[in-house]
Amino acid sequence: MSAAVASPLASNAALDVARVRADFPILTREVYNKPLVYLDSAASAQKPRVVIDAESRVYEEEYANVHRGVHYLSQVATDKFEATRKRIQTFLNAGDENEIVFVRGGTEGINLVAQSWGRANLKEGDEILISELEHHANIVPWHLLAAERGLVVKGIPIHDDGQIDMEAYKGLLNERTKMVALTQMSNALGIITPAAEMIALAHDAGARVMLDGCQAVSHSTVDVQALDCDFYVFSGHKIYGPTGIGALYGKAELLEAMPPWQGGGEMIARVSLEKSTYKGVPHRFEAGTPAIAQTIALKSALDYVTDLGLDRIAEHEAMLLNYATERLNAMGGITIYGTNSAKASIVSFTMDGVHPHDIGTIVDRDGVAVRVGHHCAQPVMQRYDIAATVRASFAVYNTLEEVDALVASLQGVKEMFA
Amino acid sequence: MMDDLRDLYQEVILDHGKSPRNFRHPEDCNRMAEGDNPLCGDQLTVYLKMDRGGLVEDVAFEGRGCAISMASASMMTEMVQGRNEADARALFEKFHKLVTGDDADVNGEDDEDLDKLIVLSGVREFPMRVKCATLAWHTMTAAMDGDETVTTE
Repeated sequence: MSAAVASPLASNAALDVARVRADFPILTREVYNKPLVYLDSAASAQKPRVVIDAESRVYEEEYANVHRGVHYLSQVATDKFEATRKRIQTFLNAGDENEIVFVRGGTEGINLVAQSWGRANLKEGDEILISELEHHANIVPWHLLAAERGLVVKGIPIHDDGQIDMEAYKGLLNERTKMVALTQMSNALGIITPAAEMIALAHDAGARVMLDGCQAVSHSTVDVQALDCDFYVFSGHKIYGPTGIGALYGKAELLEAMPPWQGGGEMIARVSLEKSTYKGVPHRFEAGTPAIAQTIALKSALDYVTDLGLDRIAEHEAMLLNYATERLNAMGGITIYGTNSAKASIVSFTMDGVHPHDIGTIVDRDGVAVRVGHHCAQPVMQRYDIAATVRASFAVYNTLEEVDALVASLQGVKEMFA
Repeated sequence: MMDDLRDLYQEVILDHGKSPRNFRHPEDCNRMAEGDNPLCGDQLTVYLKMDRGGLVEDVAFEGRGCAISMASASMMTEMVQGRNEADARALFEKFHKLVTGDDADVNGEDDEDLDKLIVLSGVREFPMRVKCATLAWHTMTAAMDGDETVTTE
């Protein structure tokens, strides 16, 4: 199964959203004397108490640098730090914990692959395929590499409903295709791509696949071995974890053949003034002191979503998405982008006669936080010939009442501009 | 609806936003510049027809953007028409102070320009939107400078 949303059979009991909300301290605050309605989790998710506490506890009780001290605290910090690596391995069902490289986030992970794997493996005339759904983070690193190496970057088109045009994709694959850089779930539209099928097709053509899981990872169970992707990235902050930490998964045989991409401490075997030799994977890719407390706290975030159950989370979010879609369609004058049924947790729309930025400003004063703009995905905006949309994104802690609050606020916008 | 929102979206702004004045591409323009607001992806182009002495004989714009940026661009074209370059730049300076709240006496009476532009002063309560209000003006001065693109970043 690729990035399937909820399997309706998977859960026993529905999510107790009131209990979940109590886990997130920030949700009790008000903005402009209105209850906060946070519908921007696709940009960054709020943090549960267990994550906040875990990060604080590191500084209060467990903090030292990792991997180099012989003293007690350094050992404690190192053990906890490496425990997150092991946790990410099981979370993604990677075959080995050494296939997990810590990075600052999805963006850095993709840059690592482009700069290290790409420079070592790609030559002039080679082709990279990216889809029209990609976030700039899965476009620009390939443009940088293409300019340096004379590579050709081609776009995989989407249908009007936002889904990948598979026939066009098949037509683009050829013996020069060396990399397919694909999102598992569009951050701008919420569309879930048929990643497993696309990966198999890429492999048949002899290409590698970089799967961007930044959006998908908090809405579905990910199994990198079942997907058979060559690389996978996600960011901790979108899955209720801290900022500054994310992970790159890479197949062991690929990572082992890749050169370092940043030099410094922590990644070397031996250094003299004339030359350096490097550690094995994954440490070869982790130069410098990492985000120690954030890495340790990321484990708490992964434990948190696992304990709640990703299937139950997905089911809850699907209910919110369906309800929001119905209510927005009933309003009239609303155009939703991304109408394919393979979709999770994001509704992206425009309102006739009102620019998204004006909508964002007005609903904000009602306490409703949505993202307006191009969502760092300008190619998909160009595909629909729009400059921007309003994006409401739903997470485990959102409620039907919050969807109502959004719709009520949008009614106010509509009246104001009528 | 809250008061500062009403101040921001006054009728006159909604009107200019919906039916912007001088929204066209004059064939005889001799200066132009494109303005980008990377934050929202909005783009507009300002066209100027200036004579040798720096008089703005015609000014128009095209593009898409929010009500604030469209209204500000529309009002700018109405006010800049027939002024000389230095005067137009001075007007932008005054306007900039108005929307950023930089100048305490910017609400001063007996200033016809400010009387018109004051409808946009609600923006100062919305710092994220100042760039929307000033995009057209930055683009106009870029056209006067001979720069072909300008961004609000």
